Amino acid sequence: MSLRNVGIVYRKELTEALRDRRTLISTILVPLFLFPVLSVGFGALAVKLVGKAKEEVPKIVILGGEDSPQVLEGLRKLDKIEIVPTKSGWKSQIVEREARAAVEIPQDFQADIQSQKVDLVKIYNFQGDIKSEFATEKIEAYLNDYHDSVVKDRLAAKNLPVSALKPFEVKKENVAPPEKVSGAAFGGIIGYMVILLCMTGAMYPAMDLTAGEKERGTMETILSSPISRLHLVLGKFFLVLTAALGTAALSVLSMSVSFSMLSKYALAGGGGKAAAAELLLKLGPKTVASLFLMALPLAVLFAAALMTIALFAKTYKEAQSYLTPMTIVVVIPAIASMLPGVELTPKLALIPILNVSLLCKELVTGTYHWNYIAIIFLSTCVYAAAALFLAVKMFQREDVLFRS
Amino acid sequence: MIETQGLTKLFRDKKRGEIRAVDGVSFTCKPGQIYGLLGANGAGKTTTLRMLATILEPSNGTAIVCGHDVIEQPEKVRANVGFLSTATALYPRLNAQEMVEYFGRLNGLGETELKKRVDDIFSRLDMNSFRDRRCDKLSTGMKQKTSIARTLIHDPQVMIFDEPTLGLDIMTARTIIGFIRECRQRGKTVIFSTHVMSEVEKLCDVIGIIQSGKLLAEGSLAELRERYQELDLEEIFVKVVVPHYQPEEAA
Repeated sequence: MSLRNVGIVYRKELTEALRDRRTLISTILVPLFLFPVLSVGFGALAVKLVGKAKEEVPKIVILGGEDSPQVLEGLRKLDKIEIVPTKSGWKSQIVEREARAAVEIPQDFQADIQSQKVDLVKIYNFQGDIKSEFATEKIEAYLNDYHDSVVKDRLAAKNLPVSALKPFEVKKENVAPPEKVSGAAFGGIIGYMVILLCMTGAMYPAMDLTAGEKERGTMETILSSPISRLHLVLGKFFLVLTAALGTAALSVLSMSVSFSMLSKYALAGGGGKAAAAELLLKLGPKTVASLFLMALPLAVLFAAALMTIALFAKTYKEAQSYLTPMTIVVVIPAIASMLPGVELTPKLALIPILNVSLLCKELVTGTYHWNYIAIIFLSTCVYAAAALFLAVKMFQREDVLFRS
Repeated sequence: MIETQGLTKLFRDKKRGEIRAVDGVSFTCKPGQIYGLLGANGAGKTTTLRMLATILEPSNGTAIVCGHDVIEQPEKVRANVGFLSTATALYPRLNAQEMVEYFGRLNGLGETELKKRVDDIFSRLDMNSFRDRRCDKLSTGMKQKTSIARTLIHDPQVMIFDEPTLGLDIMTARTIIGFIRECRQRGKTVIFSTHVMSEVEKLCDVIGIIQSGKLLAEGSLAELRERYQELDLEEIFVKVVVPHYQPEEAA
């Protein structure tokens, strides 16, 4: 084994990669700007849009209620809503967004309350429309207040205290530290993004260094030099690995900056400390180091597997058509790890990609199950070694190198 | 020195089954000599030369290049061979100097020696004006010169040229022809393949006519003329090849 030769190939591949716009975009620009745009950009936009929707004074249609003047008066007095005239097609008013909701007061509503008959007040809205939902909340809040005051009056009439209907209260309290709470919320996404970007970072160089080299006609040139095929494939492999890890590193860096920016935005935007605490995700050095350690064998697996597959292709385009479906193979287990209730088990710890994804979720919450860490690290190392062995073997097959 | 003994290469094709691309080829090529491998498309020229350059491994038979067996010591063979073909392109994102230096390093040259040789070759081939230019920005002629510099950097004893003038304009082709002659003058063993008769007539000391993977005739131009009672090489070629000719054969 000549490390010098591996180093020569690696240095040359690195020089070429740094001069290639497509590699720079997939390895550096995408991970650096994806998170800020996705989290801060879309996060800020979402906060702004929700705030704007909340500020709007919704138009409400009142159906009936002529014989319940007290209720009508109460609704009219609400400064948070605007009552609009009722048309015969009030449903289309809501569907066409001319009104946000309608409230139907049953006939003899007030009289029924007096006689303690139970009536049904209906609120009609546009489900899924955030402005309609906010309007519904406002009407509901008013009706709940009215409901409570009726109950209060009835209890008072019978000389009963309010506590008669409230024998005890229930309160839930979080005992997990804020970073664990936010980790549980975001851990899955972090693992998913690191894995996905590790893969996409490796994908372009893997194609360029194999099928791309065949297409450009440089494969025969390099094969005519005295370097052994083992050294050649290792030099190329280390460059693809660098791209995968570089992408993962930049994505973690960009992610931590984005989350801290997002938490600041939530504070400044009046989201309150609770929202900020939930969003604040401190990826300490220990977590980052652990994430990297676990991403390392996975990156080796990706680099070797992608190179092996791309080497079959004669052209860059053909390689693309082989590797693009691979993204789905990676995304599915990564997404599966984000499903609620999916946790590490000894069996799941052996499934490649899914195991690392689940572990990332735990690491981000600060949980270290050393037995699982050992199983996952070792099993991924075995898969990675097998993929690398296969890549070396493929580079020695003439029918693959000179496929016609 | 190149010596081949029963050199054979078999390919397996799903549709056509086993293909004998090269079938028991034996010849010798001596230092200071140019051996021309003449054949139609798909006759087996490229496969033969790829085996000599150890890019492909023979299925049967063997070849000794500069005293090294192509199967047993392929890396030592490649360290003594300069291989140039139309399929040996340049790395587009490296400049001419980086391209040549890369192959110098792969051939084990130290940095001091490498710098000396690069300066020498670049001056000799008049390449200094474009040494910092990226290979994808070079003209065809400049690319050919860079390829020549790449094959020469480790001063190999054996030069293998696979249809080196294919698709080139006259002026660039003349540079290549001149370079092949220069290799002979420097005492190198030269083998080159072509289907251009005039190149063979101008250059070759020994001519091997290959068809269907078999070496059908071999000798100097004078010997072939006498043997086949024809003055024109094209006529000689047709006389040798026609009984064996099958169009669209595997390369």
